[in-house]
Amino acid sequence: MAVQSTTLDRKVAERPPASLWRDALERLLKNRLAILGGIFVILLVLLAVVGPFITPYGYSQTDTQLIRDLRGPANPGQGGHLFGTDILGRDLLSRIMDGARISMTVALVVQVTVILIGVPIGALAGWFGGRVDNLLMRITDITYAFPDLLFIILLTVVFKDTWFGDAMDGLLLVFVAIGIVSWVGVARLVRGQMLSLKETEYVEAARAIGVPDRKIVTRHLLPNAIGPIIVAVTLGIPGAILAEALLAFIGIGANPPRASWGSLITDGQTWMSSEPHLLLFPAIAIALALLSFTFLGDGLRDALDPKLKGKQ
Amino acid sequence: MTATDDDRRVDTGSPAVAELPDAEKLPEAVSLETEEGRRLASQLADEKTRHARKLLEVRDLSTQFFTKDGIVHAVDRVNFELDYGETLGLVGESGCGKSVTALSLTRLVPDPPGKIISGEIIFDGVDVMKLTNEEMRLLRGKRIGFIFQDPMTSLNPTLTIGFQIAESARLHLGLSNRAANDRAVELLSKVGIPRARDRMADYPHQFSGGMRQRVMIAIALACDPMLLLADEPTTALDVTIQAQILELIRSLSEEFGTAVILITHDLGIAAGMCHRVNVMYAGQIVETGVTDALFENPEMPYAWGLLDSLPRLDEERGAKLRTIEGMPPDLLKIGDECRFSPRCPYSREICHTDEPELTERGGADHLARCHGTEPGRGWIQ
Repeated sequence: MAVQSTTLDRKVAERPPASLWRDALERLLKNRLAILGGIFVILLVLLAVVGPFITPYGYSQTDTQLIRDLRGPANPGQGGHLFGTDILGRDLLSRIMDGARISMTVALVVQVTVILIGVPIGALAGWFGGRVDNLLMRITDITYAFPDLLFIILLTVVFKDTWFGDAMDGLLLVFVAIGIVSWVGVARLVRGQMLSLKETEYVEAARAIGVPDRKIVTRHLLPNAIGPIIVAVTLGIPGAILAEALLAFIGIGANPPRASWGSLITDGQTWMSSEPHLLLFPAIAIALALLSFTFLGDGLRDALDPKLKGKQ
Repeated sequence: MTATDDDRRVDTGSPAVAELPDAEKLPEAVSLETEEGRRLASQLADEKTRHARKLLEVRDLSTQFFTKDGIVHAVDRVNFELDYGETLGLVGESGCGKSVTALSLTRLVPDPPGKIISGEIIFDGVDVMKLTNEEMRLLRGKRIGFIFQDPMTSLNPTLTIGFQIAESARLHLGLSNRAANDRAVELLSKVGIPRARDRMADYPHQFSGGMRQRVMIAIALACDPMLLLADEPTTALDVTIQAQILELIRSLSEEFGTAVILITHDLGIAAGMCHRVNVMYAGQIVETGVTDALFENPEMPYAWGLLDSLPRLDEERGAKLRTIEGMPPDLLKIGDECRFSPRCPYSREICHTDEPELTERGGADHLARCHGTEPGRGWIQ
């Protein structure tokens, strides 16, 4: 009997505490598509961070000699340019890397904005309910109903030639603008989570030991809502990247010579028939980025809420 | 001696308490501006004088829920007292107001729709109804511990056991993280969790139901409260664990000198655990007495029915369990009648027109609410 219990004790001791996160990670690692997406996302981030330092060409550096010799942009592989050059002789790979930098920054800044606005608004609305909820949700509805593109264009027009409009090559404005129009979903999600979680018994138990409201929200409720928030934020990234590309496509956002994927496509479509690589490579970059974030997001959702799997 | 010192000692009446003991330093949030804040402060200071009064006095407590269909009289003019270290049972069937009574004591009734509409709750000399929300928060967890019915849902699944036990010690005793952790380990082993230190980092899903209820008890006792409210602490557990948990509550409450209000629908548990028992029916206390007296000599047909419905060992095999016919009344429609009269086999005309009061049955300690057993006038023998 004593022997038995000691072996049992040892077994128990060897087992690490299995937290929700460890379990979720294990499930995520079993999902091949999500892993693939995750690897590509990491690759993209690396490319965006270190890429511009390791390419021999700057994204705005023109090679006029080369295009004069070739009588046009270099094709992929020509003249030491892996992806070729554009019509000004700028290395396309370096430009796509700069585009990755812009897109990854968009992904980060916009989603941080979304979290900073959406989570507090949703949490306050859900926790207090009643009038506060009503007020905040009407604000949310108005934001949701206002045409996004119109709002962003207005913003760029209003702040044109101010420090805010010019900061970060004009990108800051775009980040903030996209962020302001995209927090609605997260706010509604968090509110819904709060509404259901605040009725749980462990919240009542926390109240019964005198935990202040603020701590109940931050320590007890938000950790329970964090799974869905992570998923929503990850799945919101493709939207943000696409929004920035779309704006760049119609000429809003990054000032030349910065190379957003959207503006690369605009440039590329002009020469679509004679120089298809100018359109193709940026388009592939966008498509791959969007797909990987979506796969990763889907994988996270299945990992964090295994009950949902197969139901969507 | 400063003026504040004077204020703090206003109603202690004890010259022995010259200074606040260190452990009883005032939480900063207690406002000495308000009268009740000062009373709470003095309360924290005068451990020595408290035996002159009751720990808890509940006077005419009424809690109602304002719903779309009307007003639900969940708790109706309830009176009871509790001594320091005493164990009181609240028994009755589902929906009779036991839990709402307990929630009212800590002002945790969800508002809206619930509201304590009248009554006084004097806890350790402090009028609970007059405390600010912040003062109330300091009372909960520190002075009053709460054990909930279902341990499976009462622990936060995303926080470690250790964090949840240490939380209240950190909040109320001002302990550092390390000290609070040590306290949590001590409590965890006290409630009988083996290898407590190793299990601090575990999550609730790694514990069984019985162990979780032990954790809940550890949380409730973390600040050495004066009163423990146990709301059906064993209902969600299987029978073998029930006995262990009850024994744990009993031994720890004796060790800590904690008074307990045990809410249960199991008369057997009440008989085994409690000094006194209040039988509740439809939001009212219908009979109250010292456990032995009440069980030997119940003075209210509802209490008879409850006792009768217990299965007995000396019964023939296959005999039917006895039940109380009918359903509890709709608490939306309360009139001037004995609330048990529709189900009472002994009811007479007066029961349907006149609500009985709680009156004495052979001593001030045993009260019952029944016309039929009223001394002198009753017709039930």
